[in-house]
Amino acid sequence: MSATRTLAPGSVAPATGPAPAARRRSGSRRLEELSKVLFVVPAALAIVALFGYPVVKNVTMSFQDYGLKTFFTGEAPFVGLDNYVTVVSDAVFSKAVVNTALFTLGSIAGQFVLGMLLALFFHRSFPLSGVLRALFLLPWLLPLIVGSAAWRAIMEQDSGILNLTLERLGVVDTPVPWLTSPNVALLAVVLVNIWLGIPFNLTLLYSGLQDIPDELYEAGALDGATGWRAFWQITWPNLRPVVSVVLMLGVIYTLKVLDIILGLTQGGPANATQTIAIQSYQRSFVEFTFGEGAALSNILIVISLVFAVIYLRANRRQVDE
Amino acid sequence: MPTTTTSTAETSARETTARPRTRASRRRARGPVRTAIAIVLLALLLFPVYWMLNISLQPSGNALSGTFFPAHPSLDGYRSAVADQGGHLLISLLVASGTVVVTLVVAAPCAYALAQFRFRWISWALLAILISQMIPGIVIANALYTAYERLGLLDSVPGLIIANSANAIPFGILIMRSFMLGVPPSIVEAARVDGAGLVRAFLSIVVPISRNSLITVGLFAFLFAWSDFVFALTLTTKGQVVPVTLGIYTYLGAHIANWSAVMATAVLASIPAIVLLVVAQRYIAAGATGGAVK
Repeated sequence: MSATRTLAPGSVAPATGPAPAARRRSGSRRLEELSKVLFVVPAALAIVALFGYPVVKNVTMSFQDYGLKTFFTGEAPFVGLDNYVTVVSDAVFSKAVVNTALFTLGSIAGQFVLGMLLALFFHRSFPLSGVLRALFLLPWLLPLIVGSAAWRAIMEQDSGILNLTLERLGVVDTPVPWLTSPNVALLAVVLVNIWLGIPFNLTLLYSGLQDIPDELYEAGALDGATGWRAFWQITWPNLRPVVSVVLMLGVIYTLKVLDIILGLTQGGPANATQTIAIQSYQRSFVEFTFGEGAALSNILIVISLVFAVIYLRANRRQVDE
Repeated sequence: MPTTTTSTAETSARETTARPRTRASRRRARGPVRTAIAIVLLALLLFPVYWMLNISLQPSGNALSGTFFPAHPSLDGYRSAVADQGGHLLISLLVASGTVVVTLVVAAPCAYALAQFRFRWISWALLAILISQMIPGIVIANALYTAYERLGLLDSVPGLIIANSANAIPFGILIMRSFMLGVPPSIVEAARVDGAGLVRAFLSIVVPISRNSLITVGLFAFLFAWSDFVFALTLTTKGQVVPVTLGIYTYLGAHIANWSAVMATAVLASIPAIVLLVVAQRYIAAGATGGAVK
């Protein structure tokens, strides 16, 4: 009887059929609902365990004296905002904030402009354009640490090909200490990150360009909008939703970069390439002060969330349109 | 002509756009030039990859060679790389393969449910998945380290597989869902009428139809896990389980004693990406655009 009681009022209405069959059907419907939910359960558990739990854990850890000691004694005393005060008042923090901003802005600007130029270049197809465009993806598919290794060799001060070439061309007199001088290290890291990000920007912007109907350009051409004017009057306004997605995703990915900086400079020289993400890593996994590392990573989450909200709004608008 | 200032170049351009046949022939003539430019640009972009290959084949030593071709190619770099890092490559292969299996098993049913079942909370689930992709890896590493410490999962292949699935599952759900939205419900219903349960209908009908999206997700799950460095760095401590990315990082210490071995390892670590780009270009292209925008 319980099976019939759980039926929704609407579904009881056609009670003309034989009663046992209806009961069997309602039983199997419950089973059906249950098995539908089971399709989602593993993924839901995974997302709770791998994203929900870490976020909650980072918040609680950031209010605790959670260090190496904790792993032996199991004790992590509550310390209020101490961890936040410690990390924010550290001289390295302001440096890390500025570097994070410069690193992100510089990388995104470079990636976006170059990616956009390439996307426009590939927009009109030519012989082999599909294959060539696909090969542009390679830097993005390689492990980041492999990219870092290759650039370490290229930017090596004394025998790296970059300095050898610049010297041969007479651009510089003495080898540039790309990764060992505090003056240029951040620039070097940004250059490498631009290289890594071009494929991503190219691919998304290209697919955005393909979605703009040709008729718009044909109509525009009749009104005299060709070349540069066509770009500003037709391409750019129609591409804006894709542009905002590309920029926001780029920012969110760049904020959390560890591989490239660790592989190239490890945050040095003299903290010249310290970012919030690198600081968080070092506090947690080099100094084993997990509470402080968590405080920094929470700051990082908040910054990412701001951009995520902007992104989701842009994304929703794009879906709505 | 509306304005008198229009230059002759512009005029002729406008005239060609007005006459399709001329325009087409002009485009055909310009095509090879564009191809040539694209090849030059590609060569510039892929120069670091070439340089990696070049150095890896140079005789070993602590100074880099400035010659553009390995005049006397030597496999010493690869010999040292395999000796030092062969085991690490194997660990990476295990972790990456495991991540593919876990990702597909967990994400595929969920993608189907979010595409075809009428749950009321679907938009919330999708929002949660989108946001989860934005959580920095270091946040996950911080929390997993403390959890793994208690669970005994530090320095283990399963531990790394679970952590890497964190990157691949949300991505996989989004990619496969956007594909499965297009699976006609009628064919699943037909199987249901024939007596197949929900699970059997999913396995025997939805999975084969969605094969392409599963392959795309599998390939990317492999590449994500193969490329992972953050979890390799943070969730291993004793040097027993070392994926190749961590191996390269250790090679890249302050002083690099053997450049050809470092570059040879980097080349070996690039093989999956290069092979997949050549062999499975179609799937890679699908994943590259689908994951971010959809």
